[in-house]
Amino acid sequence: MLEVNSIEIVYCDVLKVLKGISFQVPSGAVVALLGSNGAGKSTVLKAVSNTLELEDGEMEDGAISFDGRRIDRLGPERIVRLGVVHVPEGRGIFDDLTVLENLKVGAYTRSDRAKIRADLEAVLDYFPPLRQRLPFQAGYLSGGEQQMLAIGRALMAHCKLLMLDEPSLGLAPLITGDIFRIITRINREHGASILLVEQNAHLALSVASYGYIMENGKIVLDGPSDKLLENEDVKEFYLGITDMGAKKSYRHVKHYKRRKRWLS
Amino acid sequence: MDSANFHILMQLLLSGVIAGSVYGLIALGFVVIYKSTTVVNFAQGEIMMLGAYFCYYLVVTHKIPFLPAFVLTLVFSALLGMLVEMVILRPMIGEPVFSVIMITVGLATLLRSIVGLIWGHDTLPFPSPFGDATFEISGMVVSPTEAATVVSAVILFLALFAFFRYTKLGLATRATAFDQRWAFLMGISVRKIFSLAWAIASVVAAVGGVFLGLMGGLEPNMSFIGLKVFPAVVLGGLESIVGAVVGGLLVGISESLAGGYLSGWFGSGVKELSAFVVLLIVLMFRPYGLFGKKEIIRV
Repeated sequence: MLEVNSIEIVYCDVLKVLKGISFQVPSGAVVALLGSNGAGKSTVLKAVSNTLELEDGEMEDGAISFDGRRIDRLGPERIVRLGVVHVPEGRGIFDDLTVLENLKVGAYTRSDRAKIRADLEAVLDYFPPLRQRLPFQAGYLSGGEQQMLAIGRALMAHCKLLMLDEPSLGLAPLITGDIFRIITRINREHGASILLVEQNAHLALSVASYGYIMENGKIVLDGPSDKLLENEDVKEFYLGITDMGAKKSYRHVKHYKRRKRWLS
Repeated sequence: MDSANFHILMQLLLSGVIAGSVYGLIALGFVVIYKSTTVVNFAQGEIMMLGAYFCYYLVVTHKIPFLPAFVLTLVFSALLGMLVEMVILRPMIGEPVFSVIMITVGLATLLRSIVGLIWGHDTLPFPSPFGDATFEISGMVVSPTEAATVVSAVILFLALFAFFRYTKLGLATRATAFDQRWAFLMGISVRKIFSLAWAIASVVAAVGGVFLGLMGGLEPNMSFIGLKVFPAVVLGGLESIVGAVVGGLLVGISESLAGGYLSGWFGSGVKELSAFVVLLIVLMFRPYGLFGKKEIIRV
C-alpha cells in the first residue's frame, strides 16, 4: 500500500536527517517505526505527508508511492485526499475551535454529508469521552482527550492509511493503554492501515505486526513484531531487559560494544 | 438634561454610529486578514481608497449606473486583494512577520501615489445615487446615503459572521488562522484560504470606501483613515469580528462626542486624538482588546 524507497531528507540544505530509508506498510497492516530521540522517525512521516517544506526540509532522493502511485511530488492537501492522514506529534489540535468543529475540519476534503454524520457517530463511539465535550473549546481538553480528538479527526478524513506520531507522548500509562486498544480496533473495524511511530517499543510492538528500528537516519533492524520482541539487541536497548528479566545497568561495558556494532 | 441638549447628544451619537460603521467595515478587513494569515495589512486604507476611486471612475467618468458599477467595484477589489496576496505576500511566506508588515506599508505608499498620479490630489465630489433629500428620525436629521451606509455595514457584518461561524470554508479559515501546519494536514489548501481572506478584506474595505466617498468626496488622503481605524481594531481585539464592529463604533462615537463637546476647550484636534485615548484606557484593563483572545494555556 505505502512504499517508501531509499528516501534521503536534508534540512536547511546541510543537515542530512534520513540517509536512505526504505519500508512498506501493506494494506490492512499495523507497522511500527521505532527508534530513540532524533533517529528521524517524525521526519519520515512528514516526508510522506509532504509537510517538510514548512520546516525547510527537502527530499533529495528516493520515492514514496501509495497504492502504486508516486505521491512525493503532490501537495499536502492532495495527499490527504488520497486517504493518507498524518496525526502529528503533539496532536495538532486547533485549540480555538470547539471539539465538534475540530472533527468537522477533519472532514474538510469530503462532501458526502450523510456519511460524514455517520462517521462522526462512529468516532464518538470509539471515543465516548469526546461526546460531552463537543461544544467546548478543544484547547481545554486533557492530554488524553486531545489525543483521542486527533485520532478521531483523522478518521473523519476517511483515512486509508493512518500515520500516528507518538500517540503515547505525555500520557499516563492507563490512558495510553486505552488509546492503543482503540488503535487496534480502528485497524480491525475501520480497515485502515496504520503506521505507528513510537519510542515506547514494547507498546508499539504489542499492537503492530511488523516493526522497523531506526538509528541516526537509517533502518538498522526490521522484522515481524514477535521476532523483534525476541531479539537480544531490541530487548536490551529498547525494552531495557536482559536474559534474566532484570533491569539492565547502563554501566555495563558490553552494552557499549554491542551498540557500537549497530551504529557502524 | 433639557431637551435641546439631549437632542444634540442624540445627533452626535447618530453621526458617531454612521462614521463608526464605516470604520467597522475597514476594521473588518484588518481582522479578516489577521485572523487567517497573522499579517497586519497597513495598506487596508489604500485598498479601500482604490475601491472608492474605481467606483467613482465607473460612475462619473463612464456614466455607468451606480448599482452595476458598485458590483464591478466589488469584483475589482476582490481581484486586487488576491493579486496583492499572490504577487507581494506569497513570496514572503516563512519570512519574519515584521518584514511582511513593512511590505504592506510600502504597498500603501505605492497605491497612494498611483491614485494621486491618475486622479490628482484634489477632492473629487462623488454624487450620491441615493439623492440629497434628508429625512428625520425622531427629530434627528439623516441623509439617505448615511442610512444606506449603516444598512450595508450591518448586512456585511452579519454575512461575515455567518461565514466564519457556519460554513466549511469559514471553519477552514479559522483552522488555518490557528496553525497552518495542522491545516495542511487536514487537506486544507492554505494558499486558497489566504487568497480568499485577502479578497474578502478588500471587498469589505471597498464598500467602506465607496460610502465614505459618497459622504465626503474622494481624495488620496482619505486612505489615512486606515490608520485611524487601527486603534479600533486593536481595541476590539485583532482576531475578533465582533470586536472590529464594536471597536469601529466606539471610535466613531468617541470621535463624534469629543468633536461635539471637547473641541471648544482643547481645539479641533481632540477629535482625532480621542480614539487613541479610548484605546489607551481599554488596553490598560484588557491588554488583548475587548474581544481578543487570551492564549489558552492548559495546566
